[in-house]
Amino acid sequence: MDMKANKKKLGLKEKYAHMTRGLDWETTYQPKDKVFPQATFEGIKVHDWDKWEDPFRLTMDAYWKYQAEKERKLYAVLDAFAQNNGHLGITDARYLSAVKLFLTGISPLEYMAHRGFAAAGRNFPGVGPRVACLMQSIDEVRHAQTQIHALSNYNKFYEGFHAGASHQIERLWYLSVPKSFFDDAFSAGPFEWMIAIGFSFEYVLTNLLFVPFMSGAAYNGDMATVTFGFSAQSDEARHMTLGLECIKFMLEQDPDNLPIVQKWIDKWAWRGIRVLSLVSTMMDYMLPKRVMSWKEAWEIYFEQNGGALFNDLAKYGIKVPDCIAQCTVDKEHQSHQLWLTLCTHSHAMGLHTWLPDAEEMDWLSAKYPNTFDKYYRPRFDELRERADKGERFFANTLPMLCQVCQIPMLFTEPDDPTKICYRESEFQGEKYHTCSDGCKHIFDDEPEKYIQAWLPVYQLYQGNCWPEGTDPTAEGFNPVAKYLEWCHIDAKDTGDYEGSSDQANFAAWRGAATQNT
Amino acid sequence: MSTVFIAFQTNEDTRPIVESILADNPHAVLDEQPAMVKINAEGSLVIKRESIEERIGRDFDLQELQVNLITLSGYLDEDDDQLTLAWKN
Ligand SMILES: [Fe+2]
Ligand SMILES: [Fe+2]
Repeated sequence: MDMKANKKKLGLKEKYAHMTRGLDWETTYQPKDKVFPQATFEGIKVHDWDKWEDPFRLTMDAYWKYQAEKERKLYAVLDAFAQNNGHLGITDARYLSAVKLFLTGISPLEYMAHRGFAAAGRNFPGVGPRVACLMQSIDEVRHAQTQIHALSNYNKFYEGFHAGASHQIERLWYLSVPKSFFDDAFSAGPFEWMIAIGFSFEYVLTNLLFVPFMSGAAYNGDMATVTFGFSAQSDEARHMTLGLECIKFMLEQDPDNLPIVQKWIDKWAWRGIRVLSLVSTMMDYMLPKRVMSWKEAWEIYFEQNGGALFNDLAKYGIKVPDCIAQCTVDKEHQSHQLWLTLCTHSHAMGLHTWLPDAEEMDWLSAKYPNTFDKYYRPRFDELRERADKGERFFANTLPMLCQVCQIPMLFTEPDDPTKICYRESEFQGEKYHTCSDGCKHIFDDEPEKYIQAWLPVYQLYQGNCWPEGTDPTAEGFNPVAKYLEWCHIDAKDTGDYEGSSDQANFAAWRGAATQNT
Repeated sequence: MSTVFIAFQTNEDTRPIVESILADNPHAVLDEQPAMVKINAEGSLVIKRESIEERIGRDFDLQELQVNLITLSGYLDEDDDQLTLAWKN
């Protein structure tokens, strides 16, 4: 047999041992608990950090090599996209609303994930998770950067791409939904962070975000998004594996960890599911060419795949979170309720919405036979009728928000889809409102944390969200208009897609690309 | 038994990889989606370095899989010769 020229000197397992464990050292001039002060306050007991092993056994040298290869592939495609008017290849400029939502709502979270994993890597006493968290931290900053680079190609031509990460994530009423999710996780301890992001978001929910989103982008001709999406997603398998290892590790280290872990799983499953309702509208309403319905994606990636996971975790005593019963009801309603709210509030959003046309409503009826015709088609018909008379309806005010998930109070009671669900808690003499039993439960468990939530709509009406020098006593003062100015939103970015400059420009440029005049 | 899966970008790098997986796992089912190929299998799935090398005619490091990987499900174990995905219950 020929000797292979590139025969490795060390096997994978040996190399991993040398380049993780082998690089650790015992502290001598400071006690270990002073060096890792966050390792114990959450109550998680760890007896042997060496039991934590990355199943991919990825070491830093290999990491750099493969990440560099991913970047080369990505930027070659982005150059081709820019050089060949790739933006005209999409099915319809309506599709860009989904991309705007991604850039403003998700890309800033990548940056938060970068910071959070850097902190987790610093705070874990074990060298295995430290190395894995370090790699994930670098992955996440790469995701933020490549998404901003890729989508800057759309910013050259279309509205609404200009201020997502710089101003809007911290100010806009609907972007506080994803932002608060990460703020909540980052202000917890390192173990809760790992359950929130590593396990709940990366393992249980990420498939619902990235896989349909990227397949949807491919289906709608968006080469830039597919490419950064897949490039990011190639890191995701490693992140998911880290999340799963982490939970297994905590449960195997000490039986006392079980109730703490179960509480975090319950909390973060619900928090994550609430954030993903934004993705449900994307799949059911925002993609001109649809891949599958939200309900179908939920059934494949949550019910089947999540079910397999929870079957497996049952041996540790982990139970399926209680909120899943509610989710089984919600999957038939959630995208419709949220899209109706977005449609009637897009005068105050950085993206366009539109009423589904007849063909789209038939698709929705077929995908949601139990609910669409009964509850939602009549409301879209009513909105369409008004729009046809030139009276497209927009609500004049902004909605009340849930104190925990920060989603507008728009979802309905589990047993009555015609009644908005409100829950109320009292803490230190003040009333706080939440959108569901799930969020109320989270609030009641840590009220001191959630009373500090910065709720954009409330801040606006308290007068804290206007440009400097604004005079709210001036004649004809419009608080929402001033708020949008503060959010760096221009009138061109808002409202219905019908009649927008995105619509006009896309039609004109696409026409110019196929004709000589 | 629960299903494990692995998904790759659809491209020329992954075509021989997918072929090897299907050959080594007769119980696996191919699911082709826009720009993505997903392989589902009851219980477990194994990816063998040698089978891929036979098809591509060069040495292959299983860690190269990471470049085109999209998602997976199940517990993973990787060494120099094979990568397995399995549910343990
Ligand atoms: Fe990421
Ligand atoms: Fe809520």
